[in-house]
Amino acid sequence: MPEAADRRSWAEWLDGHSGRIMVLPAVIVLLCFAIFPLIISAYLALSRFALASGGFTLKFIGLLNFRKLLVGSQQYHLLGKFGTFGFVQSALLALIAAGLFFLLARYLQHGRPTIAGVVGRLLATAMAMGLAVLALATMAPGGVPGTVVNTLLYVFVGVSVQFALGLGLALLCGQPIRGRNFFRVLFFIPLMVTPVGIAYTFRMLADMQKGPFAPLVRAFGISEWSWATEAWSARLMVLVGDTWQWTPFMFIVLLAAIENQPRDQVEAARLDGANGFQIFRDITWPAIAPIAATVVLIRLIEAFKIIDLPNVLTGGGPGLATESMTLHSFISWRTQDLGGSAAIGYMLLFISTIVCVSFFNFVVRPARRFEA
Amino acid sequence: MSAEPRSLARRLFEPASIDSQAPVARVVTYALLFLWALVVVVPLYWVFITSFKGPGEVDNGPFYLPFVDFAPSLQAWDFMLVQNYTLRPYMNSVVVAVASTLLAVLIGSLAAYALVRIRFQVKLAAVAIFLILLTAIIVAVATFGVRWEIAIAMAAALFIIALFTLVGRTKLAVGNNDIEFWIISNRIMPPIVAVLPIYVMFQQMRLLDTQVALIATYTAINLPIVVWLTRDFFAGIPLDLEESAQIDGASKFRVFFTIALPLVRSGLVATFLLVLILAWNEYLLALFLSNADAQTMPVLVSAQNTTRGPQWWNMSVLITVMIAPVIVISSILQKHIARGLLVGAVKG
Repeated sequence: MPEAADRRSWAEWLDGHSGRIMVLPAVIVLLCFAIFPLIISAYLALSRFALASGGFTLKFIGLLNFRKLLVGSQQYHLLGKFGTFGFVQSALLALIAAGLFFLLARYLQHGRPTIAGVVGRLLATAMAMGLAVLALATMAPGGVPGTVVNTLLYVFVGVSVQFALGLGLALLCGQPIRGRNFFRVLFFIPLMVTPVGIAYTFRMLADMQKGPFAPLVRAFGISEWSWATEAWSARLMVLVGDTWQWTPFMFIVLLAAIENQPRDQVEAARLDGANGFQIFRDITWPAIAPIAATVVLIRLIEAFKIIDLPNVLTGGGPGLATESMTLHSFISWRTQDLGGSAAIGYMLLFISTIVCVSFFNFVVRPARRFEA
Repeated sequence: MSAEPRSLARRLFEPASIDSQAPVARVVTYALLFLWALVVVVPLYWVFITSFKGPGEVDNGPFYLPFVDFAPSLQAWDFMLVQNYTLRPYMNSVVVAVASTLLAVLIGSLAAYALVRIRFQVKLAAVAIFLILLTAIIVAVATFGVRWEIAIAMAAALFIIALFTLVGRTKLAVGNNDIEFWIISNRIMPPIVAVLPIYVMFQQMRLLDTQVALIATYTAINLPIVVWLTRDFFAGIPLDLEESAQIDGASKFRVFFTIALPLVRSGLVATFLLVLILAWNEYLLALFLSNADAQTMPVLVSAQNTTRGPQWWNMSVLITVMIAPVIVISSILQKHIARGLLVGAVKG
């Protein structure tokens, strides 16, 4: 029966290539929607886009878009204005430099350096140093932070606060108390609200005349003041909204991790008279460290893309005080500067990739090894 | 009871047994938990009651309790849900979120399973040739005005020739870990970098402002998360279960669908929910890729900020109907979500 043989050989072929066939759809989807656009964007970032009759023209201009952003007419927007470097800034910078140098030196002396390791560490160190200089210089008196520093602020301050709050809540909820499931369900809810909705909600809440806190604020006699007109309070508002949404993410994962920790060890420690802090330091923290490192990484990756909150909450203002890099890129796109928009996107890609990959290599991996 | 009476301080600060807390610690714990519960509830409550307000109630200062200090009305609900065709964006959101999530989970779990169970050796040279040709096509189409169909056909032919003549001789290959890392690294890419070419691509294919465009894009951006989470569920399955089925003559696809998938059911539920929430709330791509026909809820919410100022009451209705179903579903399944995220986080 040729038909049966045919069918069998077809099935055999399918089985023999099953691995490739299983991975192929994912690879094709990612090629079409990630790699292919990424290459086109790279080309766009290196050219000047202009509308012409019946379409558009692209002219290859090399790195001019990047020059414009870093040292040219758009420098103020992306990098901000540098302030005067005082004693505090110099001291902080020296501290950071010393710390980075110490880590690098320790690796070269004791860490069995490989070529990839050295290159990776040099890259990470250079990036950390550059971003530190930028942040310190633009936040010094007289300086104005650009969109890079704003994004870094959302990422690092936001993620740290969310991690601390989430861990605290998870530890509280991990206690043997009643109503644990109630709190778990309730605390999880903000994660499901659309960020656009959160932005509007916090705009309503922060309204000094008509919001729910208006009487409270009026009692302090500051009803004329508004969040949205001052740079740092506007940034704070974005951070509050972001924290409200993402603390549940940290909370839910860390709580699951705490519930998974070895129960008998905790009980034995309690019998031996260890206090809460000792139990946390010696049992709970080592058990949840790898998970903690990974949730922070996931949050870092997502935090770099923030756009909904600043866009809706403040429109990036006052000035460009709350503008993130994604919003900056979106605004450039709206003004038809497609090359500039793509160039900003690429700057964001560089920064977020180096930061996230460094975090993975230097924090998540050691944390996991420590676990195993 | 023991004979010696315990002092008040001891009774307050020491737990009665190992499984309970000292009374003072319990009070502090509950106080802090209720404080955060308040932080969570107040914004949601405010949105909910604002949806029953009209312009008058919003503009004339804060009112807190319906029926007590303001008369609730269903005017905004009637305006948004009955007169204003909210049903269409709502259905768009449902269709796009559910379809893209199903697709992402199917494609992603297939890939994750294969990456866990089957060894891959992709020649580095093949990847390099492919990327070089891709770049060449783009440059040829963009600068020299070559028709893109011709460019792709020629590049495909070149690729196949190069694959057979050059690649066989090199030893350098990428393995499973590299492929996994590549897939996951796509999540690090900010969508703003890719959205413009995607916009042009859909424009050329006349798919702009359709559900298909959004479904395809959302599938792609959520795929890395699915692979990331599900690979650990598959890695946790004992190997001998699958091997015995394979010895009995089941194909790898059969093993995947009849043995592996049912075993990781709860993990799949978690992944599905997480991706569903992400797709349901996505804003940036919907803003670029949809206009009127395929508009989704987040875009509609942001569109309520009109020239007459933000229409808080309408917006609140939309936010309420957007979060209601997700809250119901997630409350029922939240235990799965926690476990799913945990497993994903342990091994990443």
